[in-house]
Amino acid sequence: MKNHVWRPLFVVIAIVAGILTFRFFYVPNDFGSGKYGFMYSYHRASNVGEWKAIEPKYRDTGRQHLHEYCLDCHAGTISIRSEDMHGMISCENCHGPALDHPNEPQKLLIDRSRDLCLRCHTHLPYTTSERKRIPGINPQEHNPGMSCVDCHDPHNPRLEDM
Amino acid sequence: MKRRDFLKNSIMVIAGASVPLSALQMVDPKEILAQNPDIHWAFLIDTHTCVGCGFCVKACKIENDVPLEANVSRTWVERYVFTKDDRRYIDSPNAALHGYTDPRIDQGIAGMVDIDPENVGKAFFVPKLCNQCLTPPCTQVCPVGATYKTDDGVVLVDKKWCIGCGYCVMACPYAARFFHPVTHVPDKCTFCYHRIHQGLETACVNACPFEARKLCNIRDVNDPVTRIIMTDRVGILKDEFGTRPQAFYIGLATEVR
Repeated sequence: MKNHVWRPLFVVIAIVAGILTFRFFYVPNDFGSGKYGFMYSYHRASNVGEWKAIEPKYRDTGRQHLHEYCLDCHAGTISIRSEDMHGMISCENCHGPALDHPNEPQKLLIDRSRDLCLRCHTHLPYTTSERKRIPGINPQEHNPGMSCVDCHDPHNPRLEDM
Repeated sequence: MKRRDFLKNSIMVIAGASVPLSALQMVDPKEILAQNPDIHWAFLIDTHTCVGCGFCVKACKIENDVPLEANVSRTWVERYVFTKDDRRYIDSPNAALHGYTDPRIDQGIAGMVDIDPENVGKAFFVPKLCNQCLTPPCTQVCPVGATYKTDDGVVLVDKKWCIGCGYCVMACPYAARFFHPVTHVPDKCTFCYHRIHQGLETACVNACPFEARKLCNIRDVNDPVTRIIMTDRVGILKDEFGTRPQAFYIGLATEVR
């Protein structure tokens, strides 16, 4: 073949070889397809471990053992009403994520705001929703400006015990 | 002994001797499974019991470092209100991070819509999250292999490898993906992968007081939640897209998409 064909061809071959060399060093060795094949799971295998290594912030051990993590230490000082009342709410919903408590943070930031209670206890006129079973108030009429915890005990919300 | 019998007997002896001892051992399938657990995570949402408190959204955002004030979330709760004169209102203000504390419906630029309590016909709440599809469109479109389906059925994003093109955000028919305002790569629900692999529940399942959200291993037929999916009437979102979602809904209305 003639020179004018070879010379540009060499340039192209050099570029392709360069790209392949770059790719060889740049793409991690553990790149490959998982169980779901090239289309759905072509990935860097070590990334799964990176996701697993994240530390959980919420320490509750599950719905079956609700409060277990907290009651290990706090069972003596706090008693919470049975499952039909606020007992079904995880401690960390109001007290915040435990993280490494009691080491760090030593004290949890408790959310005592009115807005937290209103999440469930705002009256909404939805008779077809489970919301109808929760006692609800109108936030504009029911002691506006006051904190709910001034009168109500969140650990024992029964009105008879107030 | 006839020649025929001799040949017959010797073949039987050879065949019997060639059976390895291990083949005669009784195998307990449960033991084998315990060594190599076959896990495929799935989610069950009971739309009947959700009251729209939004604790799941709050817990999810804190657990997974999604900024609270940013209007993006890995999971969200939608409110559906159908009136007696057949008007349909749907909203999810700030992904229901603070719950639903206002009977008015947030209609975006149209403002807040007042609905007469007498006129409310049907109203309910629907929690949503990534469906962890069996054939996820988001992983198909990734040009660099930065998002993928793990062997146990969760779709993850490789934050280091992602180039931030946003193709997956557009490909998801459920709008489950968003750009993370801090890391600037797409973020999505991971079923709290860092929690479930060590036996914990996801943050949203723990936070839900009404057990409207449940996580299960759909390969484990003894799992009570798996049993509900297998025996109860459950629905999935946007079946016609062929994505084969792994989040199942009890009491799914056709208006919910």
